[in-house]
Amino acid sequence: MLETLLAHPYLAHPFVAGYVVPTVIIVVQILAIVVPLLVAVAYLTYAERKVIAGMQLRKGPNVVGPFGLLQPLADGLKLFAKETILPAGANKLLFLMAPMLTFILSLIAWAVIPFDQGLVLADINVGVLYLFAISSLGVYGVIMAGWASNSKYAFLGALRSAAQMVSYEVSIGFVIITVLLCVGSLNLTAIVEAQRTIWFAIPLLPMFVIFFVSTLAETNRTPFDLPEGESEIVAGYFVEYSSMAFALFFLGEYANMILMSGMTSILFLGGWLPPLDIAPFNWIPGPIWFFAKISLVLFCFLWVRATFPRYRYDQLMRLGWKVFLPFSLFWVALTAGVLVTFDLLPKA
Amino acid sequence: MIIQALAFYVFAAIAIASGVMVVTSRNPVHSVLYLILAFFNAAALFVLIGAEFIAMILIVVYVGAVAVLFLFVVMMLDINFVELRQGFMRYMPIGALIGLVLLAELVFVGGAWTFSGEATQVMLAKTPEIAAVHNTEAIGNLMYTRYVYLFQAAGLVLLVAMIGAIVLTHRQRDGVRKQRIGAQIAVRREDVVEVVKVTKGGGV
Repeated sequence: MLETLLAHPYLAHPFVAGYVVPTVIIVVQILAIVVPLLVAVAYLTYAERKVIAGMQLRKGPNVVGPFGLLQPLADGLKLFAKETILPAGANKLLFLMAPMLTFILSLIAWAVIPFDQGLVLADINVGVLYLFAISSLGVYGVIMAGWASNSKYAFLGALRSAAQMVSYEVSIGFVIITVLLCVGSLNLTAIVEAQRTIWFAIPLLPMFVIFFVSTLAETNRTPFDLPEGESEIVAGYFVEYSSMAFALFFLGEYANMILMSGMTSILFLGGWLPPLDIAPFNWIPGPIWFFAKISLVLFCFLWVRATFPRYRYDQLMRLGWKVFLPFSLFWVALTAGVLVTFDLLPKA
Repeated sequence: MIIQALAFYVFAAIAIASGVMVVTSRNPVHSVLYLILAFFNAAALFVLIGAEFIAMILIVVYVGAVAVLFLFVVMMLDINFVELRQGFMRYMPIGALIGLVLLAELVFVGGAWTFSGEATQVMLAKTPEIAAVHNTEAIGNLMYTRYVYLFQAAGLVLLVAMIGAIVLTHRQRDGVRKQRIGAQIAVRREDVVEVVKVTKGGGV
């Protein structure tokens, strides 16, 4: 069926075969990533409410559908039916661009995430740098929203967020460099393959912890959710947003959480690799392992939210600049030293 | 091939247009955002010539850090646009003069352009296969092996600049209560808790 379809003379035309068919294939691949991702985002919000409810001895959403499983859909529908409000004095273009930017950035990063050996949309050489670049752009959605809203609470939230995200990016950069020293490549598939013998979470345990804490700060999650800080600056940068514009921020934040969990599992938990390459473990296909690891890290995100109070702002800056930065710098030097001394450097 | 050429012209045109908008747009925040757009298009041009490492570094460093700080500062400026435009005619002649001098210098540089002998040699050298050497690796070899002393010297200059900035902005204030985390952690129970036997009606 498919062969006869592909052999059709119309499809054999060089323009169609060279440009149209690849475009269609890429679009289908993109949909195959984005649609499950959006479903995952919806159910992450459900999981968050259920997990935190469980930790606080409540029930969580349990009315809409069986076990409340339709709650995310109901929430989405509610937001969709609300009115989009443009505040007076807002910069309209930037005000509407900010949530779109946040949402788009949280989606395009998935282009380079490998789900299994060879199962990746774009297997580029500098995959990990691409991820780092995209995650460092996330701050623009927040800053633009805060400035364009023409509201002091939103602006305060944006300023906090800008300082916070730039600070923690530095230590994330050093953590990535440590991993790259052990791999010898910036390609994400190569990074996962280098963990066949041992996951980097074990030899680089301190960096794993620093990376996890920094991703909390990078995604503006508790205990570093000062940009939102509902008890001091109402809701921070998105206080003026309503309806779908707010929903885009919300979806973007959760998609970023999933992305950061994916990055953690690729850099430190061996991506799609099973924990041990023996019988019961390697029966399970790679993408399922990857999914399980992402879920584990996400559970830690929710667990942290249910456990810790918010940091004070000066403590946040102190942790980033005076603790994480010197320590990760030291660990980069240590890792490089150990690799050179014991001749363990990856051969190109 | 036609798609590559098309992409090049699109990115180049947007880069130039946003560069023009950086200097002409009235709102400084818009200027910074156009600057970011220009950076993005420059990065896209780097990708088109196969220098993906430099493209990503451009985005990480300039867009992800430098431009954020620009935006941070510019957003907090309290600018009165009417006042800003008042002196325009007064400064116009000197501005035009400086512009003309710069333009003339650019023309002279462009007109008297020659390559040094060594540079011509480098240009004629065989380009390694793209599949054989990744450009991340090639840049690393050049910077950390061949030009390691220059690299270290640049690092030292930056370090001195950083120390200078810290020294200039750092001020010691007396009488400020700071959190001393070491002291907080070192506190023993005996230091802070005193069990007092309170007699009835006697008070503490």
